[in-house]
Amino acid sequence: MEAVQPNVGFVFGLFAAIIITAALLVVTLKNMFHCALALIVCLSGVAGIFVLLHAEFLAAVQVLIYVGAVCILIIFSVMLTSNLASRQIVQTNQNALVAGFASLMFGGGALLLLKMHNIWPQAGPALPDDNVMTIGKLLMTDYMLPFEVISVLMLAAMIGAIVLARGESS
Amino acid sequence: MTPYAYIIALLPLFAFLMIVFFLRWKEQVSALFSISMIVLGWVFSLIVFFETLARHGEPYEAFFYITSFAGINFELGILVDSLTAIMLMVVTTVGACVQIYSVGYMKDDPRYSRFFAYLSLFTFSMLGLVLANNFFMIFIFWELVGLTSYLLISFWFEKKSAADAGKKAFITTRIGDLGFIVGLMMIATYAGTFNYQGVFAKAVGGYIPAGILTMTAIFVFCGAVGKSAQFPLHVWLPDAMEGPTPVSALIHAATMVAAGVYLVARCMPIFASTADGAMVVATIGLITSFIAASIGLVQNDIKRILAYSTVSQLGYMIMALGLFGHDTALGEESVGYTAGTLHLMTHAFFKGLLFLGAGSVIHAVHTNDIQDMGGLSNKMKITTWTFIIASLSISGIFPLSGFWSKDEIVATTLHHPVFFVGTLTIAFMTAFYMFRLCFLTFFGKPRDHHRYDHAHESPKVMTGPLVLLAVLSVIAGWWALPWLSHGYSSFVHFGEVRHEGPNYLLMLISTIVAVSGITLAYLMYYRRSISAEKAAERFKPVYTFLYNKWYFDELYQAVIIDPIMKVADLMWNFDAKVIDGAVNGSAWLTVLWSDVKLWFDIWIVDGAVNGSGWLVRQLGGGLRYLQSGSMQFYALFIVALIVLIAAFKFELVSMATSWPFMTLALALGFVALRFYSRITAAREEAQAGSPNKEKL
Amino acid sequence: MIYYLALAALLFAIGLFGVMTRRNAIGILMSLELMFNAANINFVTFNHYLGGNGMAGQLFALFIVVVAAAEATIGLAIVLLIYRNWRGIDADNVSIMKW
Repeated sequence: MEAVQPNVGFVFGLFAAIIITAALLVVTLKNMFHCALALIVCLSGVAGIFVLLHAEFLAAVQVLIYVGAVCILIIFSVMLTSNLASRQIVQTNQNALVAGFASLMFGGGALLLLKMHNIWPQAGPALPDDNVMTIGKLLMTDYMLPFEVISVLMLAAMIGAIVLARGESS
Repeated sequence: MTPYAYIIALLPLFAFLMIVFFLRWKEQVSALFSISMIVLGWVFSLIVFFETLARHGEPYEAFFYITSFAGINFELGILVDSLTAIMLMVVTTVGACVQIYSVGYMKDDPRYSRFFAYLSLFTFSMLGLVLANNFFMIFIFWELVGLTSYLLISFWFEKKSAADAGKKAFITTRIGDLGFIVGLMMIATYAGTFNYQGVFAKAVGGYIPAGILTMTAIFVFCGAVGKSAQFPLHVWLPDAMEGPTPVSALIHAATMVAAGVYLVARCMPIFASTADGAMVVATIGLITSFIAASIGLVQNDIKRILAYSTVSQLGYMIMALGLFGHDTALGEESVGYTAGTLHLMTHAFFKGLLFLGAGSVIHAVHTNDIQDMGGLSNKMKITTWTFIIASLSISGIFPLSGFWSKDEIVATTLHHPVFFVGTLTIAFMTAFYMFRLCFLTFFGKPRDHHRYDHAHESPKVMTGPLVLLAVLSVIAGWWALPWLSHGYSSFVHFGEVRHEGPNYLLMLISTIVAVSGITLAYLMYYRRSISAEKAAERFKPVYTFLYNKWYFDELYQAVIIDPIMKVADLMWNFDAKVIDGAVNGSAWLTVLWSDVKLWFDIWIVDGAVNGSGWLVRQLGGGLRYLQSGSMQFYALFIVALIVLIAAFKFELVSMATSWPFMTLALALGFVALRFYSRITAAREEAQAGSPNKEKL
Repeated sequence: MIYYLALAALLFAIGLFGVMTRRNAIGILMSLELMFNAANINFVTFNHYLGGNGMAGQLFALFIVVVAAAEATIGLAIVLLIYRNWRGIDADNVSIMKW
């Protein structure tokens, strides 16, 4: 049976909208918990973009790790540290205006740059179908070193986090 | 002796040096030394005189070559001829008399030995002057004579009038010497030598152009005008009477003033070659003689009368010599040379006697004013009668010496009517004022009894020279008796020997003139039949004019001295204000400059240093707020800059030139930074004490 | 392709805004995550359109995820520490090294 060819543009636009909206929510909401939830939505959207870009494994990793671990961790921290009760706390500092302006300039500049130097192709070469196996193979052969380094990094991060969070009582 | 004639001059010099260095405090010894030296000189002069006489006046010259400069030889030498021999005798005789007289006159003076030292120095100078054989040497001694006369006139320098008189004498003769120097320079230029013989040879031989010769003659005569107190430089001689009387006798009667006459006589070859120059000389002589005689008529100071008499007689001599030169230049015969030099000799004797006698009178009555004297013949016999003899001699009474010399002078003027009349008039005046002086001083009733009572005859040491000079006044002229075939005129002559027989008419005329003068004085001042006061009243303007010496001193004061003093004042002002002002001004400028540099140092140099510190502080004060401690702020800053750089790098915004806008952006950024930091600081202030400051 | 890149850029800008602005430290960390994700999208886009040479882009994105996770861990540990000391995680207060 013929798979229904999705309208990539539409899907992209949908996901883009989700991402952008969620991102805006992340940076502006007062309630930290809501921010974390918006972050989850945003990261999920990004995973969707990955799928569109034929990076399924990465999308899975994204959801698993980013959403599943990092965001949960963030929620943990939010729960542990914030005084959610207060609604009067202003969540943006005094740099807001200038920062907004700067980021606007930054974003606008980037977009302008992209528009001016539109040198990238519309379609790219075909990617191998089996995403997972390819990545797995590459990890073990070409990208062995980064893989190991990352492992060490993870280890260090773990130990560090344990040390830090343990406190003075030792 | 003649080859060693210079010893005569060196003896008084030796006396001077000895007194100055060794004998200062031994008064009697210095007087004795000085007198013995000059008496020795007199003896030697006598020997030289007779030797010269034996040679019939042939000149003897000996010299010592010193150096040559610009083609002119400079030498020290002596020239002994008849004129020299006469002058030597005159100087040493009168000098010896004066020195012996001074022993008595200056007896109580505190500077006794200095006086004798000066007298010796003067005698040395005068003898050197007459012995010189070239113009250079005579000029040296000329100046020395001037110097010593200054020293002697202002001997009593505590009196301001004496000091002033000395200055006046020196300066006035100096003016004459200026002319003399010009004359010397002309001689050196045109004759090429200073030696007398050489110069006269050139002058007579016609090697010097006539106009130049006349000018030279007149300039040389200027020296004589100054030294012999001729018009217009006669003003110093009467004032020079401030000096002691022996000084007046020696210098201003016999010797120094005769130096001018000697100079004219010596330079006769020059004057005899230029008729115009010689006429100038003669005219000045006549004018001088007349002016001085007229002033002498009404003076009351005994020495001043004698001083004016000296000026007048000097005028006679100069006139005679001038007329001689004039006549000789024109080829005529004249007895002027003989007359002038003879009068020089006789005048030295009787004028010296007159002064010494006046000194004797002054010594007795302690006043110079003849109006306070009178009747002194009773008290001072020797003085009186020697004085009378001298007065007769000067008036020209037969057979005294003055008669013969004055007669010769009148004879010289025979061919010049103006001069003839003038000479006789002056002779009349001379006789008149001399006997006025005699009658008022020695005869009649004493006018001041106090002085009369104290008057006494002078000691022998003073009257001795008076007698000696009186004898000479009588006999000295007998040498020139016209009846003699080998008399004075065959010894002292110029050119050929000229011998004239006695001119009886002339003798008669001059005698009548002299006697009438004496008679008038007798009538006015002895018999009082003609009143002097009434005559003075009737001719009041003339009397005042004569009494005030023809106002010469006032004229010179106004025309010459006051302007010169004004110029001196101007110079002083210039020096004080401009030159000192310039010095002070440069000091002020230096201070000002150092102030400027101080300002510069404080404001600019230190300013740069302080300013850089200030700048750093300001910059730091502004930039430190960048270190807000807030990481988010750092991030913002980074982003802003990235945006900016990206904008320019990727040319997102089109701009012609980027650097002004970059600079503008930076400046705006700095301002914004300041603004932000102000706000932050304010906010920090608002939150009283931030807990962040505490340590973790 | 540029749409993806534009999306990534936009996401990055928003994350940047959040980093510069958020008071809460955890908020800053969350915005940081956004930035990381924007970079990831970029990488994957390039890998898809340009990188025929294996899966370099995706692998790199993978590594970024790992690193981001490690970094989030440490960051949150630090936040916890701050919370312990200051009873608040206001980023404005964490500014001892100010002037």
